Amino acid sequence: MAHKRREMLLDPLVDNNPITLQVLGICSALAVTSSLSVSFVMAIAVIFVTGFSSMFISMIRSQIPGSIRIIVQMVIIASMVILVDQVLKAYAYEISKTLSVFVGLIITNCIVMGRAEAFAMKNPPIESFIDGVGNGLGYGLILMLVGFIRELFGSGSLFGITILETVNNGGWYVPNGMLLLPPSAFFIIGLIIWAFRSWKPEQVEEREYKIQTVEAH
Amino acid sequence: MEALISLAVKAIFVENLALSFFLGMCTFIAVSKKISTAIGLGISVMIVQSITVPANNLILSYLLAPGALAWAGFPEVDLTFLGLISYIGVIAALVQILEMVLDKYFPPLYNALGVFLPLITVNCAILGGSLFMVERDYDFTESVTYGMSSGFGWALAIAAMAGVREKLKYSDIPDGLQGLGITFITAGLMAMAFMSFSGVKL
Repeated sequence: MAHKRREMLLDPLVDNNPITLQVLGICSALAVTSSLSVSFVMAIAVIFVTGFSSMFISMIRSQIPGSIRIIVQMVIIASMVILVDQVLKAYAYEISKTLSVFVGLIITNCIVMGRAEAFAMKNPPIESFIDGVGNGLGYGLILMLVGFIRELFGSGSLFGITILETVNNGGWYVPNGMLLLPPSAFFIIGLIIWAFRSWKPEQVEEREYKIQTVEAH
Repeated sequence: MEALISLAVKAIFVENLALSFFLGMCTFIAVSKKISTAIGLGISVMIVQSITVPANNLILSYLLAPGALAWAGFPEVDLTFLGLISYIGVIAALVQILEMVLDKYFPPLYNALGVFLPLITVNCAILGGSLFMVERDYDFTESVTYGMSSGFGWALAIAAMAGVREKLKYSDIPDGLQGLGITFITAGLMAMAFMSFSGVKL
């Protein structure tokens, strides 16, 4: 049992990652990854919301009538997000300003909805909680990875602490401004997917059209 | 009037919801395989967006904002913390109503959009539009303009993306990049192209 739970927690990290494999929750995340500390806070917020909303939905799963389940799930998720939003506004005002609308957008983050629908509606609370946290972690992992690359090479620092001294401050590193702009997040995720799939070839998608190879004569 | 036009152009090109704020990415990536379905989804997003943003604007200014309940005799009540839950409620309800109205009065349109309508409730572009409206303090006319033009911008982006992907499926792509990977990189290139609009001053 314990072994199974551990698997449930770790499985979404690489083998069944919500972003690179299930294509869930890309929506709100990418704009917040230009610095590591912001992506860290966002990752924590999402882990919290996925974990607890899965748990609560699972607790009342047998009471929810099928026809209005989406609305019930939405209400639970929205309440968790409001909680996170208020806490951030109270204790980390600067970061909540940078995250702006993206905290609210956790509500429509497909990971939360997806896990609620696919897992929490059919499984007991503790397992659902672990599953939610696991998927949140898988999401957080990608977020931190992207945030790490963008902040390190885009502004030469990590968590706001200078690692590579930039030219403007008399150092040697010429920062790549492109990495601070939104499109770079797409490229980085695309490359991360490439890396993951080269490491685990079973994740590669089938081609729709085979390229016809002509025999060499 | 000029301010409104400039707001519209800004919402369509410079601050495109899909390509510069990454909103609605899940559907943007999942439903952009064929041009016809992409256009169907784009139109439904546009319709829903132009209804929900003004509706949420009314909710905000007559129910939730500090002092908004003065007409009911509670001038000191501030309900802004209920914002998120009311916006998503309004969106879910409106999508449901729209679905029923279309089913009853415009069956061909309903059949064309059918599958996509429920999906729109969880499309971040819709909620994002409302949240941006709140954050930027748009008044009612501005929110009507913003709703319509941001929806149009999103539709434009997904139609363009679907066009690119229809051609792309004949290309020889490295195995690991096949499917999702190359789609992300394409979206990145499109986002860069859209960024060139940011130099446009109005």
